[in-house]
Amino acid sequence: MTEAINTSRPLTRREWLMSDRPQSRTQARLGRAYLVWSRFASNRLAVVGLAIIIALLLVAAFAPLLAPHSPVAGDLRNARLLPPGGDYLLGTDDQGRDILSRLIYGSRLTLYVVILVAIIAAPIGLLVGTIAGYAGGWVDAVLMRITDIFLAFPKLILALAFVAALGPGIENAVIAIAITSWPPYARIARAETLTVRNSDYIAAVRLMGASPTRIVLRHIMPLCLSSLIVRVTLDMAGIILTAAGLGFLGLGAQPPLPEWGAMIASGRRFIMDQWWVAAMPGFAILIVSLGFNLLGDGLRDALDPRGNNQ
Amino acid sequence: MSTMLTVDDLRVTFPTRTGAVNAVRGVSFTLGRERLGIVGESGSGKSQTGRAIMGLTPPHATITAKTLNFDGIDLLETSVKERRALRGNRISMILQDPKYSLNPVMSIGRQIVETLRTHEKVSKREARRRALDMLAAVQIRDPERVYDLHPHEVSGGMGQRAMIAMMLITGPELLIADEPTSALDVTVQLDVLGILDNLVRDRGMGLIFISHDLRLVSSFCDRVIVMYAGRIVEEIAATDLRNAKHPYTQGLLNCMPEIGADRHPLPTLDRKPEWAA
Amino acid sequence: MTPSLKIDNLEVTFNRFRALRGVSLEVVPGESFGLVGESGSGKSTLLRAVAGLAPVTAGTIEVNGNLLGASRTKAFYREVQMVFQDPYGSLHPRQTVDRLLLEPLAVHGFGDIERRILRALDEVGLGSSFRFRYSHQLSGGQRQRVAIARALILEPSILLLDEPTSALDASVQAEVLNLLEKIRRDRKLTFVMVSHDLAVVTHMCDRLMVMQHGAEVERLTASELARRHVTQDYTRNLLVASQGFVRPVVQNA
Repeated sequence: MTEAINTSRPLTRREWLMSDRPQSRTQARLGRAYLVWSRFASNRLAVVGLAIIIALLLVAAFAPLLAPHSPVAGDLRNARLLPPGGDYLLGTDDQGRDILSRLIYGSRLTLYVVILVAIIAAPIGLLVGTIAGYAGGWVDAVLMRITDIFLAFPKLILALAFVAALGPGIENAVIAIAITSWPPYARIARAETLTVRNSDYIAAVRLMGASPTRIVLRHIMPLCLSSLIVRVTLDMAGIILTAAGLGFLGLGAQPPLPEWGAMIASGRRFIMDQWWVAAMPGFAILIVSLGFNLLGDGLRDALDPRGNNQ
Repeated sequence: MSTMLTVDDLRVTFPTRTGAVNAVRGVSFTLGRERLGIVGESGSGKSQTGRAIMGLTPPHATITAKTLNFDGIDLLETSVKERRALRGNRISMILQDPKYSLNPVMSIGRQIVETLRTHEKVSKREARRRALDMLAAVQIRDPERVYDLHPHEVSGGMGQRAMIAMMLITGPELLIADEPTSALDVTVQLDVLGILDNLVRDRGMGLIFISHDLRLVSSFCDRVIVMYAGRIVEEIAATDLRNAKHPYTQGLLNCMPEIGADRHPLPTLDRKPEWAA
Repeated sequence: MTPSLKIDNLEVTFNRFRALRGVSLEVVPGESFGLVGESGSGKSTLLRAVAGLAPVTAGTIEVNGNLLGASRTKAFYREVQMVFQDPYGSLHPRQTVDRLLLEPLAVHGFGDIERRILRALDEVGLGSSFRFRYSHQLSGGQRQRVAIARALILEPSILLLDEPTSALDASVQAEVLNLLEKIRRDRKLTFVMVSHDLAVVTHMCDRLMVMQHGAEVERLTASELARRHVTQDYTRNLLVASQGFVRPVVQNA
């Protein structure tokens, strides 16, 4: 077998990745990743979504280099409420601050919120869901009723209550959003777990003598992961909106932080005469939300094993 | 014996990410009012042959043939509408698992009536009577009761009988049975085959029986076609199977364990690349 | 000699459905014992109950003279392993063959992993080129070989086989049956094999038990079955059915 491969012409990179008989762990993994990527890349809108998110990442990373002005210190004397164009590409707000610069710096806050929420909420949901689904019985009942209680409240209202209790601020907004967004993930993870828990391959792992912890962590969780990633990506838009909503209500990021929701809130007063103050951050939210949604849709098509049948 | 179906050089090709896959590569045979078995292992193209005749090939696949003629009708040239009128009326198909081919939310009786009324203008009362007769014809003891049951409420054998009743109610001339008994227990399997045999004989239908089980097919059919890698490797009278010439057919026959034969190890099939050539 | 497997009056009940109604059997070391029956006969339930995958409501199971409790220990799984019916459902869809074979070794803390994996693959006739494939890159027969390799890697003394070849093509079935026989000879294993196919069971087993509705119908040796020495009508029906279709003679021609 190996001889045949050695004597034949060297494989192109694509052939190496698409190989039916990988020679090493790395090749197997990369081959799988390549398959997902090629399915993802064949969806043009998904690539657009990915491009938007990458652009957001780059903007956030190089904010000091990209921003033409300071995001917090404005020129109150000369540059209050200037329309887009000229020195201030997207105009200025009532404090005389450049809106473009504020948006650029605000992307950092948006990413901060989104990433922290994902890091907190997704694992909680995954853990609760898989344990409930695998254990069954009273463990399942207790965990799922707790989940139901969280699901019973409207997200923003619950987040409001938490922020009211914890005090306004971006960290508390993140915690509040995370606490309110894990229950759907738990539901998904549980549903996925229920479909695989009685399968023969999980029975086979049990027959190896593996402990329930090991089965859940190493065999069930990886199977739930792809649908969870898809769901989290699709929820990112909602998270941004909730964060913006809290910011709008004055319970999220506090002035002078350039949080997009708070920017819309402060632009509200001038919406009739100086529309750009509220509209520009609105556009930013729209574009980023769209990016996450497109990315999520693309990931669903690429990761969903049910789409695998040729 | 009059020829009902002529298949000449049938090819079915599926486009995939890694290039075209030729599922059927030049299959030719004719069928009269007889029982023809098509035997092969998974991937031999036997099911795709049946589906192509039935017009159930997935739309992204391409079908070509020199001739694909059913009773004077060119099946490749017919419109979708004509095809639909033909399907279920003059040509019917029974699939492997009744669980997946019966509608789970409709009672068995209603499904049979629906099938009948899509192809024939009959009154509701008449349709019901004929459905009950048909259920009785597939040896369901209490047709009135089974008529109102849903597919999940009956056993596999009963479900497959209901399926046969549904497929035969329109009185088709050609029946394609794709592994009709593989999902059933052996004892039930023979009952179902017995029913099928009676109906085919009494109604003078042509039958294409597709299966992986060479022995079963040879005990049931008049003539057997053996397929390998999308081609016919051998066509032989069922009674003549013991004298099969092709090593693949012989291999298939020999590799099955037999009660009373003490062969350790079992002879295995040594697949030659030239068989698929 | 202590029997490898001794089952006494075993009962299994799923939500009030009695899947197994007091079945007893003994399998001696090195023997190959068959369980035959149609769907719902309880033959697979029996295997699953031994493996700890079905709820035992009454009766006892002994393995190599040790009475099994409600839960199975790690030591039990080093003695008893199982091969499932559906090769498409018994391999984890996101794991390579390498990972599948590694897992039992990791759970039991075996050393010398590299050599063991290669030997296991070699033993089932797959070779190292299959090591890093995912299950969707394998054919049905290859998958079943991987499942056998996984069961053997812990070096059990008893192998439970739940219709190991019923989902495979006839020619592949022959290869897998030959492989199982060879392994049993080489490793002096005890087999308990479930099948709906009388021919397969008589080919593989010395003794067999016919089951129906969760209970024993009769117990036979393979040679008795080969000579058609059966006492029960049900077994006779199975025998007739296994011969294929017999066209009834048409009376009025």
